[in-house]
Amino acid sequence: MTVNRRTFLRAGMAAATTALAAGAGLLSPGRVLAAWPEQAFMARSLDDALAAMNLGGARASSEVTVEAPDIAENGAVVSVTVTTRLPEVESITVLVPKNTMPLISSYGFGPRTEGFITGRIKMRETSDVIGVVKAGGRLYMAKKPVKVTLGGCGG
Amino acid sequence: MAKKKMKIRAWMEDDRANVKAIIFHPMETGQRKDKATGKPIPPHYITEVTCTHNGDTVLTCLWGPGVSKNPFMSFRFRGARKGDTIRIAWVDNKGNTGEGETKIR
Repeated sequence: MTVNRRTFLRAGMAAATTALAAGAGLLSPGRVLAAWPEQAFMARSLDDALAAMNLGGARASSEVTVEAPDIAENGAVVSVTVTTRLPEVESITVLVPKNTMPLISSYGFGPRTEGFITGRIKMRETSDVIGVVKAGGRLYMAKKPVKVTLGGCGG
Repeated sequence: MAKKKMKIRAWMEDDRANVKAIIFHPMETGQRKDKATGKPIPPHYITEVTCTHNGDTVLTCLWGPGVSKNPFMSFRFRGARKGDTIRIAWVDNKGNTGEGETKIR
């Protein structure tokens, strides 16, 4: 054997710690600043983006509200607010299915943070804006159609 | 400071703190072309933002190029008092960083 005992033990410990943390859900985005999920942000379809964020299968729910203007004159700046009264909010994610890259932003919540987030997003064309909430380990979603008169992603 | 990179306001409303912030950043998608030269403008956008209250993380943001130029954000949390410190720190895809802080009013 060329592997010395100390190295072997250390490697084993590290693997066990990682497995424990993952099992306890500590590595989910929001609790820890995980590496930026490049695959999700570069995904070109809504389904791919949701899958890459582990948000596939969210059910439409009246517990989630997406507020955005009915008509956005300037697609470069569209104000979007997502709210929910659900307890134990872990994350809120904003997507625009018709944008080149549908994933806009994802917010990880601490235990004291309320289910409320406002931001401004770019929209290439008329589309729904989707809000996905992860709360208590479950996924919920809502959407709001926004008519865009001047796209905000081009030159 | 030559150019202000962030504006933050935080205030108590009943028992919760409201935070609003604007970070001054171009948020280039990488899909636009320079109209004069026709060359693509390289992507340059904030990827992660961390918001802490007295050192405890209350919100982490993962952003992509779809977030508007000079991003605005607003959120609320409980368990704060007047005079507490809110700090917001960001990093972009080029490795640039910025931060700002304010006291809750």
